[in-house]
Amino acid sequence: MLTILALASVILLGIVPQQSEAIVIYTGWERHALVGSDIRLSCSFFSWRWTSDDVTFSWSYRPDGARDAISIFHYTGGAPYVDNKGPFRDRLEFVGNPGRRDGSILLKNLDYGDNGTFTCDAKNPPDIVGRASSVRLLVFEKVPIQAGVITGSIIGAVLGLLLLIVVIYYLMRFLVARRVFNLSVSKHGKKGKGKEGSQQRQGPTLSIGDPSKLKAAASEKKKQESRKDKK
Amino acid sequence: MLLILLAVLILHLIILVLLFVSTIANAWTVGGTKNTDLWYSCLTTNTGYHCSSASNEDWIQAVQALMVLSVLFCLFSLVFFMCQLFTLVKGGRFFFTAVFQILASLFVMCGAIIYTVMRPDGEEDAAFGFAYILAWPSSPQQPPLTAMCE
Repeated sequence: MLTILALASVILLGIVPQQSEAIVIYTGWERHALVGSDIRLSCSFFSWRWTSDDVTFSWSYRPDGARDAISIFHYTGGAPYVDNKGPFRDRLEFVGNPGRRDGSILLKNLDYGDNGTFTCDAKNPPDIVGRASSVRLLVFEKVPIQAGVITGSIIGAVLGLLLLIVVIYYLMRFLVARRVFNLSVSKHGKKGKGKEGSQQRQGPTLSIGDPSKLKAAASEKKKQESRKDKK
Repeated sequence: MLLILLAVLILHLIILVLLFVSTIANAWTVGGTKNTDLWYSCLTTNTGYHCSSASNEDWIQAVQALMVLSVLFCLFSLVFFMCQLFTLVKGGRFFFTAVFQILASLFVMCGAIIYTVMRPDGEEDAAFGFAYILAWPSSPQQPPLTAMCE
């Protein structure tokens, strides 16, 4: 019964979306580039159908402030057609792979006049219903710092420092406590294992600046005991 | 004793609220149809209310970071206050609470100063908005709070 139900749901889910879902096109939102550099504008799509042989990609460009868009690239019938009359003649190259649903183009030697909106439209017959996606190109003389980079780094640095201080504090306390424990063990002179171990440890501690360290450790131990009593 | 503790708690909460409002509200600089804050700058035109992200300059990101950090530290201080309230014995000191609160006030001070100095000029009737003004009281309140804690 359960298997029949599972099979039925899989079949239904498989059939229904193919007729109702549209093609979804992905480009970036905004791209920043330096004057004179090259930039790759990526365009990809998602479709429930297999990639057909008649898949088409087309890019159009609308300059900042203009009202109309001109078509600058078209891929159809297995062949790309680049701009040979418009603003991007000799500067446009197709670097995508339509078989893998990638319709990216490469713009070379950017200039300030290339600021604008690039729209990619892809069609995968019979899946042709979809909304074109746009990416905005901004050409700078010097690429500005991305929003939030400095903010994030300052916050991260301060919190990291805080964490480091806390860790070091607890480490110091742990080390000191361990040292005091060793000394107290050696003082009371536990038999058997304790004695041997303490003798081994006592060796190096006794050799280095001996009495002052013992006094410091003893006072620290007293402090800890008093703190414990206080609590 | 209980009254003092209650007062400290209320003051903590007030400062926290002030900081939150100051960091979030869109009114650090207001003037005519335009109002800006740390995150957006918005313009009221005939067609509606349009907002764009604040400039990507270094100083505004630093102010953002400082304000966020001060809110965080104020929160930490409140958490420590609640913790130490229940674990500290008579005669003990609210050490960590005070430290975090002082740090928070320092950050707010730095942030507000940077904003004051680096604010873009040249805009007609640009005045400091209420969110900016709210940032300032939160920092002088903190030394008395620290003193009360100690």
